[in-house]
Amino acid sequence: MLEIKNLHVKLEEEEKQILKGVNLTVEAGKVHAIMGPNGSGKSTLSYVLSGRDGYEVTDGEASLDGEDLLDLEPEERAAAGLFLAFQYPVEIPGVGNMTFLRTAVNAQRKSRGEEELSAADFLKVVRERAKTLKIDADMLKRPVNVGFSGGEKKRNEILQMAMLEPKMCILDETDSGLDVDAMKLVSEGVNALRSEGRSFLVITHYQRLLDHIKPDVVHIMANGRIVKTGGPELALEVENNGYADILAEVE
Amino acid sequence: MALPKVKIDTTEARLNALSLPAAAGWTQTARQDALSRVTEMGLPIKRDEYWRYTDPTALTSVEPVAASVYASENGDVFGSTECLHVVFVDGVFDAEASDELTLDGVTIERLADSQSADIHWAKDLFGALETAGQNPVQRPLATLNTAFATDGLIIRASGKAAKPIHVSYLQTKTDSDAILRHLVQVDAGAEVTLLESGPAAARFNIVTEVSVADTASFHHVRAQGRDHERRAATAIFARLGTESAFKSFTMTANGVMTRNEVVIELTGDDSIAHVAGVCIGAGRDFHHDDTVFITHDAERCESRQVFKKVLRDNATGVFQGKILVKEGAQKTDGYQISQGLLLDDDSNFLAKPELEIYADDVACSHGSTCGAIDETAIYYLRSRGVPKAEATDLLTLAFLAEALDEIDDETIAETLRDRLAIWLERPQG
Repeated sequence: MLEIKNLHVKLEEEEKQILKGVNLTVEAGKVHAIMGPNGSGKSTLSYVLSGRDGYEVTDGEASLDGEDLLDLEPEERAAAGLFLAFQYPVEIPGVGNMTFLRTAVNAQRKSRGEEELSAADFLKVVRERAKTLKIDADMLKRPVNVGFSGGEKKRNEILQMAMLEPKMCILDETDSGLDVDAMKLVSEGVNALRSEGRSFLVITHYQRLLDHIKPDVVHIMANGRIVKTGGPELALEVENNGYADILAEVE
Repeated sequence: MALPKVKIDTTEARLNALSLPAAAGWTQTARQDALSRVTEMGLPIKRDEYWRYTDPTALTSVEPVAASVYASENGDVFGSTECLHVVFVDGVFDAEASDELTLDGVTIERLADSQSADIHWAKDLFGALETAGQNPVQRPLATLNTAFATDGLIIRASGKAAKPIHVSYLQTKTDSDAILRHLVQVDAGAEVTLLESGPAAARFNIVTEVSVADTASFHHVRAQGRDHERRAATAIFARLGTESAFKSFTMTANGVMTRNEVVIELTGDDSIAHVAGVCIGAGRDFHHDDTVFITHDAERCESRQVFKKVLRDNATGVFQGKILVKEGAQKTDGYQISQGLLLDDDSNFLAKPELEIYADDVACSHGSTCGAIDETAIYYLRSRGVPKAEATDLLTLAFLAEALDEIDDETIAETLRDRLAIWLERPQG
């Protein structure tokens, strides 16, 4: 599904290398987690994959089902099936959440040569999916993420994911800013979307989220590289001992 | 103080090219008074304080600059609203094209026809609000209008108007130069809505005086856009009585030189005045100026000024807005916001927000911002699959939304949103 080879990335504005040769393969239907200390390059990896400005790929490649991602515009990556749930979802005053969702869904359908969904059809689907995430009608009407609590913003990200039905989902610290109940709700939302054809890359600092979204593979990222890969037990090791032992072992 | 020579020359040349109507009937006195006032104050030049951002030359020249006549495939912007239609062609009332001027709750007359009489109820209104509105800022183009207006409507609402009055302007000549004056009296408890759309002439000067009596209300929505080479000066002078309401909204697109002034005096307690506008403009030639002056001279009145401008490709937008709260106008609630969204590095938004307050128990807020589109929001939308151009349009319309929300009639607001979307989707270049 997602294939990253020797990915090197620096900031466009300054001579600062952030990713220094990331290798990662996420197979279809699998959940991979990336853990790592602050500043290890986890969020940069998610931004680069989604096509955010400000980064320069100096070497390596990334592909989704064989299609080179790095050559595509952000909207083309989305249409190819990539989705990033933001660590800090963006507030858009003046654009209703419903308008935003419908614009996104229809833009993707259009780029795939499918008919746009009618307002009525769209409404039906969005209501049903919003309900399972406990997103009420008011939240759908309000401007995108404006005045949303931390938990509401993250639930809204998952709703977008549910509506867009991507095949490769990247969750960037989706657990940050969530209380226990909100984390459970968000995790259930994610778990409901797990399927054979859909893969997840879950970026997190904490094992806690991985209690809810059970990963198949756990990677430890440090200093711009994946330094260790293992099963779910690796996350527990981090939780118990911190990163110091693992990093020392790798050095 | 002696006027600058350029002002004297400009004024003389312009006034010499115009003549007062031969038989002006009841308007005679006001016209002559206006002629002497405009001669004395002179027409605007760029050195004047309130013309520093806008060069008035095209508005004061003897001959208008020729303006092409544009056809549009879109129907009239107020086409889906049931109205009484009144048509002016190149600044002249067209009886054939207009509906019968009868409407429940309202009397409507043509200014040019009314002047056969020497006595008219509108005598106390014609030129009166314009004269009062000259202090503390001179508005000589409006005074010129009082002297030389050739046509327009005299509207008196004594009850609730059965439907809006829609003034539809048509331009057929490339060199027409129109001076129009509308007079609106809304009697106590009455309500009327005035809609305006279309190009009045190659160049036009339209002044509307509106007297809103106690508990009366006046709504106004205007669309400027079909005249791509518009050169226009408009002014609305309004006086508001106790518990009355005045709401005016203008959408402007295209055009070359547009100056829209609104001068309001809140003279009765508990009255409200809302003035709002959106403007979208592209190109080096595009210059749009909103100049608003609201005076609070009564207690517990509310005023709002909400102006948003989207500019690209060397376009210029100007906002000059003032809230003046006079001594004794306690519990005033004043709000003013002006914002420019620049879609490139080459466009200009010039703003001069002013507050002047002489009462000690008031709430007035004002803000003015100018900036580019939010790149993070663009990225967010693109990451959800929305192409960049579409994302930009969506955010631009979102920027304009606060001003469009000032329109009470949802059908009209929706139509204007659609028109703005069409304009944004038009190829750039």
